[in-house]
Amino acid sequence: MARAAVLGRLTWQLGRVVELLDETDRVRSIVLDLPEWPGHRAGQHVDVRLTAEDGYQAQRSYSIASAPEDESLVLTVERLDDGEVSPYLADELRPGDELELRGPVGGYFVWEESLGGPLFLVAGGSGVVPLRAMLRHHAAIGSDVPVRMLYSARALEEVIYREELDLLAASHEVDVRFALTREWPAGWQGYRRRIDRALLQEIAWPAAEQPLVYVCGPTGFVELAAGTLVELGHDPARIRTERFGPTGA
Amino acid sequence: MDALDGNAIAGQLFDVFGAELTAATAVCASCGASSHVAEFQVYLRAPGTVARCRSCTAVLMVLVTIRGITCVDLRGLAGLG
Repeated sequence: MARAAVLGRLTWQLGRVVELLDETDRVRSIVLDLPEWPGHRAGQHVDVRLTAEDGYQAQRSYSIASAPEDESLVLTVERLDDGEVSPYLADELRPGDELELRGPVGGYFVWEESLGGPLFLVAGGSGVVPLRAMLRHHAAIGSDVPVRMLYSARALEEVIYREELDLLAASHEVDVRFALTREWPAGWQGYRRRIDRALLQEIAWPAAEQPLVYVCGPTGFVELAAGTLVELGHDPARIRTERFGPTGA
Repeated sequence: MDALDGNAIAGQLFDVFGAELTAATAVCASCGASSHVAEFQVYLRAPGTVARCRSCTAVLMVLVTIRGITCVDLRGLAGLG
């Protein structure tokens, strides 16, 4: 039956947990071995499904943190205390466990080199995850598209992938700026503020350069950042957004 | 509860329509606004999944799965493609 064949393209598969990496107190990266993974584009997601002993199932969508070129698929998950799925992924999962997932899904919040740039990536909290996949992809293909990233977090201890982002920012094409909103370590040289009009105006490419913008974070953060960029003259059609559940930024 | 957006239901939509839909363009039947499906306001914890128009908040799409059968209500959409 034709319809069944079409639906067959997105099937649940089992991945084996190879490694777990603590990124922050609340955030963990899950490195997966997926023998039947078809490959993905930077920015795409997977759906993860958990099944309880009584058959109850809960399903959530998580951004892929790894680049298409990386050897393993990596998900980075923040524990939401009232979450149904994330506490299990962030606390209970162990190497060797199997995880049921399907994907990749999503074709909107995706960057590939043919889309060009310059790129402006705006991350709030764990919204950095799909943007990290884009940065890794950018590095893996040796892209010369210029990139600026603005990453807002509450405190330095909550910044995910900090060392890696610093390394990526050593490239001539990539500039990463951090804005901490609540706590600053002694001698902090980065920004000490929330994202606002003045900060976006300072860091974003000028609207006249028609940058391609990706904003990912909690809903309020995304609305503020995208709305302000439009006020600054950016073309709404070149701003792509993705909203997470309520977490701090 | 904060709404998510259409990116969060990419898998559900693929399941129902057999194609990637988040980059598709949808037209709201109430206000005529045109947007990407990824920009819908999405509520996952309604009875089922509810997607609303970001411009006028009208309900665009409801997906409810009961005993393995998904019911899809698209009456709020004037166009999808």
